[in-house]
Amino acid sequence: MVIRLFQIIKRSEITTLKKTINMLIAIFLALVTVAIFLAILGYNPLSVYASMLDGAFGSNYRIKQTIVNTIPLVITSLGILIAFKMKFWNIGAEGQILIGGFCGGYFAYNFAYWPKPILLLVMLIAGFIGGGLWGLLAGYLKTRWHASEAITTLMMNYIALKWIVYLQFGPWKDPNAFGYPTMSRFAENAIFPKLFGVHIGWIIALVLVVAVHIFMTRTKKGFEIAVIGESENTGRYAGINIKRTMLLAIFLSGALCGLSGIIQASAVNNILSSTLANGLGYTAIITTWLAHLNAPLTLVVCFLFAVLTQGGSFIQTAMGIPSSVATVLQAMILFFVLGSELFNNYKIVRKNKQQKEVK
Amino acid sequence: MDWWIGFLSAAVVAGTPLLFASLGGILSERVGNQNLGIEGMMLMGAVSGFIVAVKTSSPILAMLAAALAGLAGAFIYGVLAITFRTNQVVSGLTLTMFGTGLASFLGKPYVSMMTPQAIKSFFASRPIPILGDIPFIGPIFFKQDIFIYFGYALVIVLGFYIYKTRQGLNMRAVGQNPAAADAASINVTLYKYVHVLLGGALCGLGGAYLSLVYVPSWQENITAGLGWIAVALIIFATWNPYKAVFGSYLFGGLTILGFRLQGAGIHINQYLVDMTPYVVTILVLILVSQGHSVKNAPPKSLGLPYFREER
Amino acid sequence: MDNHTAYIEMVGITKTFGKVIANHDINLQVEKGEIHALLGENGAGKSTLMNMLSGIYTPDSGEIYLEGKKVSFNSPKDSIDAGIGMVHQHFKVIEVMTAAENVLLGQKGGILFKKEEKKKIAEISERYHLQVELDKVVNDMSVGEKQNLEILKVLYRGEKILILDEPTAVLTPQETEKLFQIMRRMKENGCAVLFISHKMNEVMEITDRVTVLRKGTTIKTLNTKETNPQELTELMVGHKMDLSIERVEQERGDLALKVSDLTVVANDGHQKLKNVAFELYFGEILGVAGIAGSGQKELCEAIAGLQEVKSGEIMFKGENLAKLTPRKIIELGIHMSFVPEDRLGMGLVAGMDMVDNLLLKKYQKQKGLFLDKKPAIEQAQKITDELEIVTPGISNYPVKNLSGGNIQKVLLGRELDLSPEVLVTAYPVRGLDINTCHKIYDLLNESKKDMVAVLFINEDLDVLIDLCDRIMVLSNGEVIDVVDAHNITKEEIGLMMLGKRVKGGDSVVSNN
Repeated sequence: MVIRLFQIIKRSEITTLKKTINMLIAIFLALVTVAIFLAILGYNPLSVYASMLDGAFGSNYRIKQTIVNTIPLVITSLGILIAFKMKFWNIGAEGQILIGGFCGGYFAYNFAYWPKPILLLVMLIAGFIGGGLWGLLAGYLKTRWHASEAITTLMMNYIALKWIVYLQFGPWKDPNAFGYPTMSRFAENAIFPKLFGVHIGWIIALVLVVAVHIFMTRTKKGFEIAVIGESENTGRYAGINIKRTMLLAIFLSGALCGLSGIIQASAVNNILSSTLANGLGYTAIITTWLAHLNAPLTLVVCFLFAVLTQGGSFIQTAMGIPSSVATVLQAMILFFVLGSELFNNYKIVRKNKQQKEVK
Repeated sequence: MDWWIGFLSAAVVAGTPLLFASLGGILSERVGNQNLGIEGMMLMGAVSGFIVAVKTSSPILAMLAAALAGLAGAFIYGVLAITFRTNQVVSGLTLTMFGTGLASFLGKPYVSMMTPQAIKSFFASRPIPILGDIPFIGPIFFKQDIFIYFGYALVIVLGFYIYKTRQGLNMRAVGQNPAAADAASINVTLYKYVHVLLGGALCGLGGAYLSLVYVPSWQENITAGLGWIAVALIIFATWNPYKAVFGSYLFGGLTILGFRLQGAGIHINQYLVDMTPYVVTILVLILVSQGHSVKNAPPKSLGLPYFREER
Repeated sequence: MDNHTAYIEMVGITKTFGKVIANHDINLQVEKGEIHALLGENGAGKSTLMNMLSGIYTPDSGEIYLEGKKVSFNSPKDSIDAGIGMVHQHFKVIEVMTAAENVLLGQKGGILFKKEEKKKIAEISERYHLQVELDKVVNDMSVGEKQNLEILKVLYRGEKILILDEPTAVLTPQETEKLFQIMRRMKENGCAVLFISHKMNEVMEITDRVTVLRKGTTIKTLNTKETNPQELTELMVGHKMDLSIERVEQERGDLALKVSDLTVVANDGHQKLKNVAFELYFGEILGVAGIAGSGQKELCEAIAGLQEVKSGEIMFKGENLAKLTPRKIIELGIHMSFVPEDRLGMGLVAGMDMVDNLLLKKYQKQKGLFLDKKPAIEQAQKITDELEIVTPGISNYPVKNLSGGNIQKVLLGRELDLSPEVLVTAYPVRGLDINTCHKIYDLLNESKKDMVAVLFINEDLDVLIDLCDRIMVLSNGEVIDVVDAHNITKEEIGLMMLGKRVKGGDSVVSNN
């Protein structure tokens, strides 16, 4: 007879404070685990971490860079949040970012002579609509033919990527780049201005955090999205037009990702390229989940992740450690936080000793 | 004709990493665990296999290392999704992120290094007597490397296992209805772990095929999204290993089609042709999602955690 | 009894789930060759106790002895190895597999099928008169067949102790009689049969001894011969109680719903409803009887606009509901509450609090983009008071954490509070204790007095006969007959549920 020493049992509700403590412990354990890993590879983990913090906060410039890293992550996470709240697994932020960049970029490249405010506005709208439609396509496949959105959105990431590569190597190739496959830089007119040293994306991000939060918690549509996420059947039963609500949510989800794409292309890269998304869409899934699909919390989590990313790229130049250590660290944090959530709902108890004896 | 033989035998080669990865995914999903970490496990396998190959020049050790690396990745996923009952989509994605980061980190010193000669010659094409001489079929399927033959054997073994053995029956039961399997005295947790871990090992091997045989050198992000195609292939194959063979080679063919067409002097834009595997995946997915046949339906408990004392 | 060791002995068993104490210090003794009933209301802890005997749950404290030897079950495997088999209320079978495959699940051995094994399975099913086609896929089986398969599984493993959890709830009276014969045959072969039920007459008919449970504790074990239904009821409920259900006799009003030629085809091509036709009047309760899966769910959903209708009409005040959206149907005053097996599948949002769940049927009438929670908060307070719902709070407490009875009160309370004109309610008392059941019957009677047209779908034929004015019997998606509840017997309805028309029934009432 197998004797189990421990047993997992359901626990009653626990407080938010305890949940927060659980999460902090998890993050700490993740840091320790990666530290051990670094130590085994012969690095001094403390100096690596210190150096990462230095890279993220060490100077005015670095702080600004950290904020610049936060912006696209926040906007993309907000987009994913809307879809995930509906349990629509939008893994396609990566592609929606690219298509957003493409649609906005179309105006940047072709209508650079327009007055700047109008051009920028049109670029934003184009990115928004482009990303939204790209997402909507997956939504349509889901509502019309029940095609699993996790797969379709994923595949569409690659289709979008190949599309941008095609443009980069073909029709949109910069003729003045000496044959090098790249598009040309955006004209000055098509680049977002700065405010307090950081491009105005930060204002857009903050406004969106508030807007998405209100939308999800205070409006009828937000309520409907949450209901569908919990149970589609109940939604139908309550008279919600499931298809329309789903499609709207998916459009918004993709649109925010697209918006993030064009802002990033214009304000940060000043160019459209196939490396525009570069994993951002996947990282944002993780930040969204860590933030428990809560808009204000997304801001906090994304900032934390931006610190890691910025710190990671700093240690690559400063210490010669590959920046991918930041990715490993981010993944590790999520592993531990995911694991810690078990303790919010269950507890592990030691089994009563007498019970194990067999007469 | 020669072009076709060349293309199809190259399709088998290109499809082999997909075959291993999708078989691994089938094992995992058959016990109800969707693992979106395939891409990550493939990368972990690819980098571990490559490093061990460089250090030891032993093909067997390299394959073993790759399998173990994939298994280790699957273990992290397993602990989270099986024991800790976390969301499978998020756990899998995190594993992919982890594997990508880790492979890039560990592989940094090896970038652009070639696979050692001993490995290359071990995995050189070895025609099978008689079978290799069959016209058309022979050169496509039986003038290949050992790794590919290993893939054939694996399909037969897994097919027999899933459909013809008690353990296979139990495993399918776990994926359909873990509570019922549990009540029939099947150790659900054990079954889940064994198959998720084996699945991970196969994904690791799929990755190793890229770094050891197909490419054969180390490049950052060597899988380039093949893991995601494998995820789609599982559905395409309706969780059936025999169909996975067909799907893998078909998609293997599609991934090299653009390049091959260029070679044949047919001028279609390579980058647009490169989209086809992804477009086809979506089309196939739509077709599969239309079916109402019970036989082709996904395992019922796919994506759901199991807790015996839930009520 | 001093030197005697019982076959099964459970001593001082306690089990809690979170804050809920499901079993508290329970004692139970079962002998070889007896049919032993566990009698208790829903929520008394019968299933929990048996799940511990079958290794699904592990007790927090207490001991289990088999033939005097202490045992400890950490998994169903341990329990099965010890010779205990359980047939669960919700069958634990793999739907996509054949009967034979289901029997072989978890058995030792490598290769899937050997000839002798199939023969052995066939032999056993013959010996016990179990009607199971071995190569049939479970999906295509009737409820009775599935149950036979479950019993076959237990017998094939050679178990000596059989636990049946509410086996008759899903059976027609005729099928129940067959099951009882199987149980008797097992008893003759020296097996111990544990029979969980809350139906007094069945317990009196089939069992040798009865153990009564109430609120998670053992009340008493009695010899069936030496007791009577009145005594058992009192032990079970805790006080004297009149179990009869009152029927409000009144003149029914005008025609409310007229359903004609209604046909519904499921995604897999099966016809779920075939040319269903009936009339429902204001101020009456029309009961619906039928074996599980005879089209009840599809009928409810068709009326609520959730189910695509292939052909036919559902006329209400000159409008054809089959052509309207769910929202429009709600606006017309037609409300449906369906309590599925998992209770939460339809109607309530498990993860949301009570206020949000009440809001679900209110917010659409609100103007503008934003939500106004105030009316829902007021309603939540009102319903909580009126229906005595036990909850730590109406906000920020997900309804899934409420007990089953309270969840159903929220669901039904919401629908009734909307003062519907037509109320469709399916299985509203599923899993509730007797007091709450009667409260809900009272609510339905109240609605009837208010001239609401009530369509009441239920499993318990006794309740249907006592409460309803007329009863419609569905079998395999067809209306077999609509009969007057005043002069019909359970057995007659049972036959109709199997698709047989009863001669001389009051089928005329359907044409009134």
